[in-house]
Parts: sequence; C-alpha cells; structure tokens
Amino acid sequence: MNAELVSELDVPVQRTGRARLVAALGPLTALAGVIWAIVQPYRLTILHPQDQSFWWLVVEPPLLVIAVGLFFYFAVLPGLLADLEEERATSR
Amino acid sequence: MQPPAEHVHWLFATGILLLGLCLLAEAVVGTDVWRRRAWRAYLWPGLAFALGVLMWPVMVFYTNSTIHMLAHGTWAEVMTFAGGVELARVRGKLHAPAWSLAMAAAFAVSGLAFLVHEQNAWFFMRSSFLHHLLGWTLLVGSVFPFVRSVRPRSNFAAAGFALTFVVIAVMLYCDRDVAPVFGHISPLAGEPHR
Repeated sequence: MNAELVSELDVPVQRTGRARLVAALGPLTALAGVIWAIVQPYRLTILHPQDQSFWWLVVEPPLLVIAVGLFFYFAVLPGLLADLEEERATSR
Repeated sequence: MQPPAEHVHWLFATGILLLGLCLLAEAVVGTDVWRRRAWRAYLWPGLAFALGVLMWPVMVFYTNSTIHMLAHGTWAEVMTFAGGVELARVRGKLHAPAWSLAMAAAFAVSGLAFLVHEQNAWFFMRSSFLHHLLGWTLLVGSVFPFVRSVRPRSNFAAAGFALTFVVIAVMLYCDRDVAPVFGHISPLAGEPHR
C-alpha cells in the first residue's frame, strides 16, 4: 500500500512569464557562444593550439561567452527563481 | 606577459556581459526580488566597481599615446566612481536619487573618451569603426541611466540600461586589431586580409 500523502508529492512548478524569461537568459547566452564558435571556429585557438602564446590560449571569446551563460545559470539563477516564487507566494 | 590589447577588450567584454545579464535579470524580476539576497544586491555594483579598478592597470600599461592614457584614466575614474556610488546606494549609505546620475555621467564621459581617443576616421578598419560606434552607443545610452535616476521604477529605462551593457559587450568582443570591417569599401584599406 502506498502511504504517500498527496501533499507530499512533488507538485510541478508552474513558472510565470517572468521566471521563464529570466531562466532563459543563461542558456540563450551560452547558445550564442556555441553558435559563434561554429560560425567563426578560427577564433577558438584551442582547435589549433600549436605555437600559440599564453593569452591566445586562455582568452577565447566564444568560450568566455559560454562561461558567462553557464555561470549565470548555475550560480545566479537558482536563488533568483526561489526568491521569485517566494515573492509570488507571499503576494497571493 | 602583457596581454595583447584585443584580449583586454575581450576580458572587459566578459565582465560587461555578466554585468548586463545581471541587470537584465533585475529588470525582469524587479529590484525588490533581486535584492532579497545580500550577495546578489552587491553583485552588479561590485562588478562595475571591479571593472573600474581594473581599468587603472590598463591606463598604466597601455600607453600607446598620451590621449590613450588620458582616456583610459578617465574611464577608470568614472567607472570606479559610478561603481562605488552604486555600492554605497545598495549599502544604504547614499539616499538621494540624484546619486543615480553618477552612472549617467560615467556613460557620457566614457562615450566621449571613446570618441576623443580614437582619432582615426578610418571607418574601414574594425578597431576605429568600433571605437566610434562604442562612443556613440555610450553617449546615446546615457539616456537610460538618466531616465532611471528620474524614474527608478521605469521598466523601459531598466531594460535599456541592461541592454546597453550587452550591446557594448558584443562590440568589445568584435574588436580585433588586424581585422578590417569595411575594407572592401575604401581604397585606403590596402590589400584585403582576414
């Protein structure tokens, strides 16, 4: 017999338009970086690292754009969505 | 070990892009939600302040000409000042709405510095063209922080303010020393090259 109460079940979170918009910022930024890397592969020196100096190997713009998108998605977004949901719950 | 000038542009573009994303997120969720966690409230003002501080070594080490040094020094001053003012506002040390004008002034002065220090009108060359474009974008974009200081709740001003940073980041990423942009248009550009 399953004794799990209905109230204990995970309810799928219904995101508002604002939450969906802010959640898309990081992935869209990372996607822009991926598209850029495909369109201009010569800007990725990691693909042809021979005889490249330190800075050309470290600073690769498409990878930096992807990194910014991922940082925003994993570091900033979770707390922001939680706070947005909390604010929505308190204003009901 | 000094990075080439274009790499410095790209590193600043990365910081400015993150700053733009944070501002865009704040514009979407609202300032009250954005500031619910202390570290997040300090994130973009801190980033702006850090970018201003990092402009000082740029001024010291990239001395192609006196006008370059003066322009970089002016940026360092206004960015550090505007970032510091925003940090103080989040902290609650500054209350007067007029302090918001610091960011508008930083935009306008940065735009003028871009225009003044790029003395070549070689629009076929990517670096010159982008410096002029960046200068005018910042000058026109200074309207957004100005409106934001007059109407702090304006979504239009907040979104415009954030998007200006994103656009500036894109332009800085496009900056490459040797690449032409409209080289095929001008006979002065010489032999076409990548």
